[in-house]
Amino acid sequence: MSYIPHTDVERQQMLAAIGVTTIEDLFEAVPSAHRFPRLDLPAPLSEMEVAAELQALAEANEHAGDFAIFRGAGAYHHFIPAAVNHILLRGEFYTAYTPYQPEVSQGTLQATFEYQSMICALTGMDAANASHYDGATSLAEAVTVALEVTRRKRDKIILSPAIHPHYRAVVRTYHQGTGVRIVGDAGRADISDLTDMLDEHTAMLAVAYPNFFGRIDDLKGLAQKVHAAGALLVMVVNPMALGLFKPPGQLGADIVVGEGQPLGIPLSFGGPYLGFFAVREEYVRKIAGRIVGETVDQDGKRAFVMTLRPREQDIRREKATSNICTNQGLMALAAAVYLSLMGKHGLRQAAELCYHKAHYAAQQIDALPGYQVDQSKPFFHEFVVKCPRPVDAINRHLIENGIIGGFDLGADYPHLQNHMLVCVTEMNTRAEIDALVQGLKEAAND
Amino acid sequence: MGSWNTPAELKYTKNDEWLRIEGAIGIIGISDYAQDQLNDIVFVELPEVGATFQKGQSFGVVESVKAASDIYAPVSGKVIEVNTALEDEPEVINADPYGKGWIVKFELSNPVDADDLLDAAAYAAYCDSRQS
Amino acid sequence: MTEPLIYELSAAGRRGALLPAIDVPETALPAELLRDDLDLPEVSEMQVIRHFVKLSQMNHAIDKGFYPLGSCTMKYNPKFNEDMARLPGFALLHPLQDQDSVQGALALMYTLQTWLAEISGFKAVSLAPAAGAQGEFSGILMIRKYHQERGDTKRTKILVPNSAHGTNPATVTMAGFQAVELPSDANGDVDLAALRAACDDTVAGMMITVPSTLGLFEGHILDVIRAVHDCGGLMYMDGANMNALMGIVKPGELGFDVMHYNLHKTFSTPHGGGGPGSGPVAVGDKLKPYLPGPVVEIVEPASDEDDAPLYGLRMPEKSIGRMKAFYGNFGMHVRAYAYIRIHGADGLYNVSRHAVLNANYLRVKLRDTYRVPYDRICAHEFVVEGHFPDVENVHALDISKRLIDFGVHPPTNYFPLIVPEALMIEPTETEDKATLDNFVEVMKTIAAEAREHPDRLRSAPHTTPVSRLDEVRAAKQLVLCCRPIPEWAE
Repeated sequence: MSYIPHTDVERQQMLAAIGVTTIEDLFEAVPSAHRFPRLDLPAPLSEMEVAAELQALAEANEHAGDFAIFRGAGAYHHFIPAAVNHILLRGEFYTAYTPYQPEVSQGTLQATFEYQSMICALTGMDAANASHYDGATSLAEAVTVALEVTRRKRDKIILSPAIHPHYRAVVRTYHQGTGVRIVGDAGRADISDLTDMLDEHTAMLAVAYPNFFGRIDDLKGLAQKVHAAGALLVMVVNPMALGLFKPPGQLGADIVVGEGQPLGIPLSFGGPYLGFFAVREEYVRKIAGRIVGETVDQDGKRAFVMTLRPREQDIRREKATSNICTNQGLMALAAAVYLSLMGKHGLRQAAELCYHKAHYAAQQIDALPGYQVDQSKPFFHEFVVKCPRPVDAINRHLIENGIIGGFDLGADYPHLQNHMLVCVTEMNTRAEIDALVQGLKEAAND
Repeated sequence: MGSWNTPAELKYTKNDEWLRIEGAIGIIGISDYAQDQLNDIVFVELPEVGATFQKGQSFGVVESVKAASDIYAPVSGKVIEVNTALEDEPEVINADPYGKGWIVKFELSNPVDADDLLDAAAYAAYCDSRQS
Repeated sequence: MTEPLIYELSAAGRRGALLPAIDVPETALPAELLRDDLDLPEVSEMQVIRHFVKLSQMNHAIDKGFYPLGSCTMKYNPKFNEDMARLPGFALLHPLQDQDSVQGALALMYTLQTWLAEISGFKAVSLAPAAGAQGEFSGILMIRKYHQERGDTKRTKILVPNSAHGTNPATVTMAGFQAVELPSDANGDVDLAALRAACDDTVAGMMITVPSTLGLFEGHILDVIRAVHDCGGLMYMDGANMNALMGIVKPGELGFDVMHYNLHKTFSTPHGGGGPGSGPVAVGDKLKPYLPGPVVEIVEPASDEDDAPLYGLRMPEKSIGRMKAFYGNFGMHVRAYAYIRIHGADGLYNVSRHAVLNANYLRVKLRDTYRVPYDRICAHEFVVEGHFPDVENVHALDISKRLIDFGVHPPTNYFPLIVPEALMIEPTETEDKATLDNFVEVMKTIAAEAREHPDRLRSAPHTTPVSRLDEVRAAKQLVLCCRPIPEWAE
């Protein structure tokens, strides 16, 4: 098989032009002892055969197309209008690269500018970049910005334990070489415990909104306390929740990061996703990654271009604060198309559907013998269920009944053994929710 | 030969900063050669007043569209004033690098460690040598 | 030709997508927590489609024409791969499902890990890094942890040739090391004397791109590796240019300790207008325990030949940690799997052979018109100087912009930094001879124009939706968002 177009005649003409006899002659600079190793790979197959092989692998998975799914925990099954995929499949978008040459990249540049604008509108922040890899790496990059803003004179960052465990792990990976102290997330600290940790060494405090358990914490006065200590407030947000709840800009956030996957991007076993990143205006020059700005061309026509380029690794090299180059451009396009299609009313409606369905499910589950849902704090579309049995036993029962149950919290939060994080979205019909409730009831004493 | 202005009363570094000593105060900027190489300057990152810098330490950044260049302290000292006008009009450095385009004022450390800086003639020759 | 912003098409009350009516009893919303307004556009589905289709038409792309952007490997992206990544069993699979319910996905990842290890000659692979830069970062973090675990804490430096991609020195700083730049010699190789002088017990390792960013096979790569190993450092290979090496040489066999792949270069996963990428990292025995995770392992061997083993996700013993949430850019893993499966060993070998054939053909065809600073047999790309001794004020940028008028995407400009007015040309193996010949003719035409009508270059492009942009204004006025953001009172 081949995507290589050369004919034998052309190959010979090209070799003659170069002045060698065979293609192998072009590799004499490669150490001869190591030249042309055998690759132990399976024999090539036709497209038809590979399709069959991959279909078999795909069908070996139990997925949200065939199962009712109530699992979230950082990746969410939402409605994606068909038009999103049709735009993503435009070869002019997906087979282009970073818009280094703006004259032939206005499509990517304008779409990115529109994406940035919608992220600003959603978060209530002044500026957004063109994306990071995912929500977790966005948070890790926010730490760098906070350290830079405080001019590397502060070395402590406070993380809420109610931020996604993977995100906190990624922050530790990113900052293992730079001497940053990461505190706050070892135990069960709540917001007021976290603010008690603020001091003159603190560069930032980060909370999740909604938090990992789906709850909307009371954040009133938090920004003032963080700012009084000279630190930055970073909020990790779910963009779908922002269809309904106050924007973090209004709550005083300095940096807002999050996972953009709910905005028109399929679950895809964890990636590619979309890290969005928004800041208050005064921090724009400290952020990493591509940023698109508006300008004019020589004739005064409005046009778009990558700007603030000298921050980036290809120019700033060892002095750059991040090495990010390729980001998640196509996923940012997906989010821009999705937010355009959903629009002002559609996103709000989707968020409300999530809210009402989740609350209906929580009430039904709480009424089951042996199950308990703490509904004392406001929540969005996820909630914690205390179960009468280990979560994996319950989930085994559910999957036999066509249901992917909630996320088992015990591994990441030892005090939450037998606690399940349930997610309900607009995709879950009442019949599915009722089936979940029935399944949980059966599983209680299975 | 280059056509860059190198006022005789100033001292220069090989990183293209200039220094004007007025008693215990040192005024620092970047040279005409440096602004010409950078082209249109779009941003200047200024240090905090009160910060101290050792000779050779980076205290700020000058940015054009395609490049960013650190500014290094030609002598040790403490920042007593920064040119805040550059925040809104960084292009002043292009227009008037030795006048309105000054960047910071240092209270100089004692003794002043400026002996190894270049004089105008040596610096002009150094600029020319980079344009071969 | 310009297109309004999507917000400028908005009219109050207009809807795009519709959602089903609510089918459960409603619960009161917490009024004090709700937002007042949501400033998103109000447009119809057809408006959205026309808007984004028009935007797409303003892009150059591989699907439209030649894209010889050096170091980016802009090869054809097979359509089949797109379909495979969208199979519901992959696209609708939640990352936090129970192990038993995701065996197909884990099998695919396990197999891809194995293939990538085989192609590079390494022992183990993690698919976790989301892009090449993240692969680099994970590699340098592994080197750091390796030395630390041995109590060897005085190693604070990473050597980087001056021809390196900017990601290399930036990665070194991010990982808490100091980047030490090495000069190149007259052949464009690492200056061996300078390297040996720099090698001491403070060197943690070296990052080097093979073939180099000049598109050259390092003439004395084995000496370079030996010098760094002899002082106790580890060798990182930037695998951005693996498109030249498949079946040609295995970096692990040369003695490298770690390298990353760019699936979006070598294995044809699309560049997406700037991502998503995927940057799997491959290591030898020394660094295997430190791999970023999780990685896929066999947790229960198959009971017999017809049976599949049980796969599971595991964190390596001394892992540097997670690079991102979940397990890497899985959608890219599916595409790369399809690409490798279709090619097999001979197919991949052919890819690299033809990538190198195409680059050398262009090099010899262009060398009389454009100066080739390191004019010897090249790998998959080469660098020319984009200026002429007899023409003043025509730069690489002008040649690039003029190329656009002929339907060709410009080569990479002004990189590597060690070549003046660099134009870095990478044709890839998927371009045919006619396309290459046309490119040569266009480059010759432009060289002639530079002498006869230089303004045609300086004012190019002439055929695009917009002319050259005012980048100074973009940087000074900083309009990054088209919506007014309220002044929130704290």
